[in-house]
Amino acid sequence: MLVLKDVCKTFNRGSANEKVALQGVNLNVQDGDFITVIGGNGAGKSTMLNMISGAFPLDSGLIKIGGENVTNQPEHIRAKRIGRVFQDPMKGTAGDMWIEENLAIAMRRGKKRGLKWGVTKEERELYKKLLAPFDLGLEDRLQTKVSLLSGGQRQALTLLMATIQKPDLLLLDEHTAALDPKTAAKVLAMTDELIKENKLTAIMVTHNMKDAIKYGNRLIMMMNGKIIYDVSGEEKSNLKVSDLLKKFEISTGEEFANDRMMLV
Amino acid sequence: MELLASIMKNLPDAISLGLVWGIMAIGVYITFKVLDIADMTVDGTFALGGCMVAATVAAGWNPVLSSLLAILCGMVAGFVTGILHTKLKIPAILAGILTMLSLYSVNLMILGGKSNIGMSQFGEQSVETIPDKIAALFGISAKVTNVSIGLILAIVIIMGLYWFFGTEQGCLIRATGINEAMVKAQGGNTDSMKIVGLIIANGFVALSGALVAQIQRYGDVGMGTGTIVIGLASIIIGEVIFGTKGSFKIRIASVFFGSIIYRVIIAVVLLLGFNPNNLKLLTAVLVIAALSVPVVREHISEKKRINANMKKYEEVDTNVGA
Repeated sequence: MLVLKDVCKTFNRGSANEKVALQGVNLNVQDGDFITVIGGNGAGKSTMLNMISGAFPLDSGLIKIGGENVTNQPEHIRAKRIGRVFQDPMKGTAGDMWIEENLAIAMRRGKKRGLKWGVTKEERELYKKLLAPFDLGLEDRLQTKVSLLSGGQRQALTLLMATIQKPDLLLLDEHTAALDPKTAAKVLAMTDELIKENKLTAIMVTHNMKDAIKYGNRLIMMMNGKIIYDVSGEEKSNLKVSDLLKKFEISTGEEFANDRMMLV
Repeated sequence: MELLASIMKNLPDAISLGLVWGIMAIGVYITFKVLDIADMTVDGTFALGGCMVAATVAAGWNPVLSSLLAILCGMVAGFVTGILHTKLKIPAILAGILTMLSLYSVNLMILGGKSNIGMSQFGEQSVETIPDKIAALFGISAKVTNVSIGLILAIVIIMGLYWFFGTEQGCLIRATGINEAMVKAQGGNTDSMKIVGLIIANGFVALSGALVAQIQRYGDVGMGTGTIVIGLASIIIGEVIFGTKGSFKIRIASVFFGSIIYRVIIAVVLLLGFNPNNLKLLTAVLVIAALSVPVVREHISEKKRINANMKKYEEVDTNVGA
């Protein structure tokens, strides 16, 4: 489904701020995989997702989606098969537009956009039906500006927008990190449900080890721009947070001291 | 009382000029408000429209054809700025300034090296403009004609833009001005959206220039100076009166109203004996004042809030001391 071969990326090459983000990442994602990605700050988790989505060009390596080489494909072309939810709830929606207008734009991902009316009546009914299970009251507020919604509501909307046209690949970049714990749990549960229901292939970056273990069928740990641990199936479901911490200590040879990852 | 009478006498002119210049302000609205780009091209495009019409009409062209050509030229100018900005990554303001500067030479070329060309109404060299043709067709006065042309075009443009920005393409252009990351993630080409927006906007500006030239009966290479500021002034005056919360149709209409009121203000200050040479300064001051109102208001309310809070703590402090 998704293949990453020896993907490398260095930011600000040749300057004092040079930052090696990815050094030879290899990953082979099967159809239907739900992969959780953990790792400390600057491990390259977000950069990896940005390389896959095409937000930045890579320095070297190869990326294939569904057998097609997309290494040089611009972001908006790749978006036809990729659904994305960002960490920042503001980033996934157009605040000054209505809920239904945002959904209508997402509804036409990968389709030709012409001079037909932007939101049709039948669509509205569909949106109401799809928003209702979120239990946020959004189904009655289709003509409300998105900027009036809370972060959790916006993130739920972004999640629906990323999956309303079934994507080949769903990329979730710490999409619950900016939410309060209760909302985060709710959005995460909805994410899991959507992925299972639509049998989506997904990659989810998270800082929460418990979540990384609880969700998905495969877990990878990244450090210094490399994948240092890749586990799936039964071995993954039997994982404990202490196992992950131990793994981390072995790879670094030092105590695990990232405060954000300790919050498990 | 005398002043009021002269204002009333000048009102039809202010309305027709306001409506025709309002078409230009609509162009500025599309780039500045919808796309969030300050497009300086318009100073050049406005003159481009005027010069194109003056040169071709004076050469005996049908004025309708001339105006259509002017619109097309304006769209090309918008396209050039769009390419400079999106493909060559030149900052939007600079891209617009570069196109505007080039247009100055282009406009001189169009005028055959002269700085202006007239479209005479009388004598051997007399030519017909669109208002002339319409006035003759319906047997109405020039004043009535100009107001009707402005009014009809304004209504057509308001309806047309309401339709366009409600379509799939139009929605994507609006989203591009609000959140580019979202549009890209949803498979939209933000570069194309900006280019399309700039093309449409500059088409409107050129049409406005073409009509203004026909009404004043000459095209001048310098007629575009400060156009963008006049456009901004019209938008801001409209916003002050009609607010920013209304529907898209109302907001577009308020631009035309803003443009008319701007013309009325200009007419009034001229009647009061204001030196016309200082008009541009007045326009700039008007825009600065309007833009600074929200900033100053915010600053004052912030100070008030902090001071009120401070007082509360001071009181607590004294209580403890006592």
